[in-house]
Parts: sequence; C-alpha cells; structure tokens
Amino acid sequence: MKPSSRFAAAAGSQTRRAFLQTALAAAPATAVSAAALAVPGSKPLRTAEGLIDVNVSLGQWPTRRVRCDDSRELVARLRRLGVSQAWAGTLDGLLHKDIAAANNRLAKTCHQDGKGLLVPFGSINPKLPDWEEELRRCADLHHMPGIRLHPNYHGYRLEDPAFLRLIELATQRRLIVQLALIMEDERMMHPLFRVDPVDTAPLRDLVQRVPGLRLVLLNVHRTLRAKPLLELIAAGNVSVEIAMLEGVGGVGTLLAQMPGGRLLFGSHAPMFYFESALLKLKESALTPAQSQAVGHGNARHLLTS
Amino acid sequence: MHEAAGDHSQGVDMEIWDLHCHLNGVPGNTPEARLGRLLEYADRLGIARLCVFMGMEFTYDPSPERLKEENDSVLRAVRAFPNRAFGFVYLNPKHRQASLDELDRCVRDGPMVGVKLWVAEQCSSSDLDPIIERAAALQAIIFQHTWLKIAGNLPGESTPMELAELAIRHPHATLICGHSGGDWERGLRAIRPHRNIYADLAGGDPVAGLTEMAVRELGSERVLYGSDAGGRSFASQLAKVLGADVRDSDRQRILGGNLQRLLRPILAKKGITV
Repeated sequence: MKPSSRFAAAAGSQTRRAFLQTALAAAPATAVSAAALAVPGSKPLRTAEGLIDVNVSLGQWPTRRVRCDDSRELVARLRRLGVSQAWAGTLDGLLHKDIAAANNRLAKTCHQDGKGLLVPFGSINPKLPDWEEELRRCADLHHMPGIRLHPNYHGYRLEDPAFLRLIELATQRRLIVQLALIMEDERMMHPLFRVDPVDTAPLRDLVQRVPGLRLVLLNVHRTLRAKPLLELIAAGNVSVEIAMLEGVGGVGTLLAQMPGGRLLFGSHAPMFYFESALLKLKESALTPAQSQAVGHGNARHLLTS
Repeated sequence: MHEAAGDHSQGVDMEIWDLHCHLNGVPGNTPEARLGRLLEYADRLGIARLCVFMGMEFTYDPSPERLKEENDSVLRAVRAFPNRAFGFVYLNPKHRQASLDELDRCVRDGPMVGVKLWVAEQCSSSDLDPIIERAAALQAIIFQHTWLKIAGNLPGESTPMELAELAIRHPHATLICGHSGGDWERGLRAIRPHRNIYADLAGGDPVAGLTEMAVRELGSERVLYGSDAGGRSFASQLAKVLGADVRDSDRQRILGGNLQRLLRPILAKKGITV
C-alpha cells in the first residue's frame, strides 16, 4: 500500500460514521441558535462524509496559547464539529533545528491521539544539512502522504535551487507539497518575531517545471489574490484552501473564478477559530455538489490521485 | 468549566446585531443594491440587524462635500431597509463645523444612531471634543477605528491608547474601540480601565483567544460583535463569538444584547421599537 492510500483507507472508515450537520443548513433571517452552529427550524444536510480539513497544526504557537493546542482536545473538538480527517503539520517545524524530532513527535501524536482523524504532514527545511534524509523518513518511515513547507520561517526564497530540488524529490516520492504563505497577520506580529509572507512570484514557473507536482497553498488569500492567484492555480495541479479567505460570500465568489476542483476546506485551527471556515461554507449559496467538493471531495481526490 | 463553553450545547436563541458593516466591498451599483446583497449574506447566517457606515468607496480624509456624499449613500441604504439596518454618520474632525452640521442632519434630524470616525485625525486631538460632546448629548454611540501596527500606523490613524485619552475627557460618551486595536492583546489592555469604552471584535483575522481575553479583561457587557463586512466575511467574524470558550450568557450579550442596550436610548428618542 502506498503511503497516501494508507491514510485514505483510514479516513474512509472514519467518514462512514461522520455526519456533516452544521455547515450546510439554511438560516432563518433573524435568529441563530448556538447549538453546534445549527439553526433551529432549518434542515441540516446530513452527508455520509465528514469534512477534510487540510490546514491544522499541532503544538503551541510561540507567542500565544490557544484553546485546543493540546492534540487530544483538538481531535475531540474537530470531531464534534464534523471533521473526519485533518491534515496536520507541526508548529515545532517552524523554528526547531532538530526537525527530525519534530516530525517524529508529529507522527507519534497523529498515531496515538489522532484516533483516525489526524494525518501527519512533516516539515522539511531544505536549508538544513542532509534534508533529503528527512524527506525519505517522512515518506518511508512515517508513511506521510505529504509535507508542509514554511520558506519564510526557514529563511529561503522560492528562487533558491534547494526549493526546486525539494519539490522535485517530493513529487518523485508521491508526496503532496503544502506551502504555507503566512501564519499570522504581519501587522500584529511580535516585534521580535516578524516574518514576511512568502513571495510567490517564482512559483508559477516552478510548478510548470515539475510535472506531477501536487501543490496545496495554505493561508493564501491575505497575500495572493485575483489574477496572480488564478494564474498560479492554472499553472498545474495547484489547490488552495479557505482559512484566510475573506469578504462576504468569499467561497462562492472564488468558485465563480477558479476550477471547482481546486478549492479545499482549511481552518488554520487551532490558531484560528475553526468555526470561521465552517461558517464560510454556509455564508455562500453553494450547491450541494460544491459544498461536498470543497468540504471533502477535492481533498480526497487529491489524496488518492 | 463554563456553562456550555464553546460547545453551544444549550442551543440558546439570540437575535444577532452586527455593529460594523460597510457598503464598500459588496457587489452592486447603488447603496440600496449593496445593502440588499449584504443582507442576503447576513440572512444565511441568521444576522438580524446591521449597522452601516461610510460610502460606496472609502476616503481617508474626506472633504465636507465628500462626507455629505458618503452619508447620503448610507441614508439611502438604511431607508430602503428600515427594519434591518441602522446608519452611523461619518465625520472628519478636521472639518469641525461641517462635521457638526452632518451630525445634526443625519442623527438629530435624520435616522442615524451613531458616529463613525476613521483615520483622518488621531482621536486624542481636541478637535474631536465638540463632536463628542454633541454626539453624547444626542445619545449617539461613537465608533472610533483603532489599530496598533507593528510597522506603523497611517498618519491620522488612532490607537487604543489615544482613545483612552478621549474617554477620560468624555466620561459620559459611549465610545467603541474599533477592531479592539487590531493588536488586541495590547489594545484590550489599553481600554480596560475606561468603563465607557467598548471593544469591537470586528475586522481582524479570527485568531483564537480574542473573545475569551475580551470577556476576561473587560467583562462580556463591554464586548460587541461586528464583522467589518463586506471587506471581511460575516462567517470569519461571527466565528470569533460562536467559537469562543465563553458562557452562552456572555455570547448572547456580545452578539446583540449589548448593542441593543447601548442603542435603546437613541432608538427610543426616535420612536423606533425593536
């Protein structure tokens, strides 16, 4: 069984008993119940599939403690809110130089606490010596379906030849590549912890140079929007998620502009309130097919393709 | 453990009032069309009433003519949806008499119920004093944009610390700290001692912990839900309250109870029953 299919199988058994009760219900005009975000009198749409959240992190953010930065609490809460699978990176992977240990902990936590829900995406820093071994371990030892990259926290730009080599090797190993553009609003960062967003200008060309690359951009919409974003999505198998998508009806507006198969559900939990992503599916008037594609179908297809 | 903390298992019904909406960033060629679209999205999330301020496009330092134009847009919009929207008058303290005239036109003699001050001039300036005094006399609530940017604010952009100075000079005015200062972990501390300042949750990313800190440090009676739609999503901003680890009674105050309490006097004067 190839690494990605191992996690797909685990997720499949989980989703059969998961219900998406909250995100797709129609709301009355003047009142909302706080009960699981469901609306009294409305008809929640039940599906046999739970949400697949492609943007979850484990660990503690260096400048803030948040609810559910304990992995067991996070798993329990995500499950209560209709998530059947969460692609999890490790916040230790941003700053720790012993990134092998960070990935070991990530894999162990996903296995022990994940209860079939957490899917590990290891961190790779191509500026560390012998990073290729870390990539091998992610694929062969931990059986991860993908990796998560933080070029701005690891101190390199996408023009760096090491980045091209990394995405080539990851693609050869059939690993999904997640690229986080930013982790928090740059205007309110801690003064000693300021990090610029990733400059994506070189990315379109790089995507075209690596056939077979499956690229998922995380925390995108604050710094990459409109034509440059759409051109990048069109350059290859490039997907984006909705954690930092803003503007009223943002999901519906974006789906009108881009291929529907490339938009994924992502929450940036626990750093963001998970309900933000959930309610975005409700704010836009999506068709059932769109809701299911964004909610889980596109991610599942990406995982198994 | 809070009652129903964060799980919303009690299913408390509440009417949601959104403190902070704009016509900018919404599809539509007219104010009425844009507010209509905003309400369509609001309906999908069960938001009952919207407070709307500023015009079809934002202006940092509006002239008197521009102020009137922007306020006319809001008047058109709220008159088209009198049971769903309230207007706040946009003022510029640099144009004192024009601002006082607009305050009279739109609030004293018109349907508006609040004041919006943005980034034309820092709010600690004495230029604001006559505006605040008259707004307080009219029982209008005063919304002041604030932010604390690590790379520096706009030239006339206010901080929560400057709003605190204004609050000391005007203890009987109802002041709202827009965006809780953006950098809310510092902004909430700055307004904490000043009981006549309320925290607006709108406009920043839905970073976990914001609402919990606001309730912990200010008390839920001083915390107000707002979205900053259409630039922001109703969803991301509503999530700050629905996803917070607070009591349902706190959630109810934040989502509508507090704003209803603050607006009740001026609504009563205008004969508006809600």
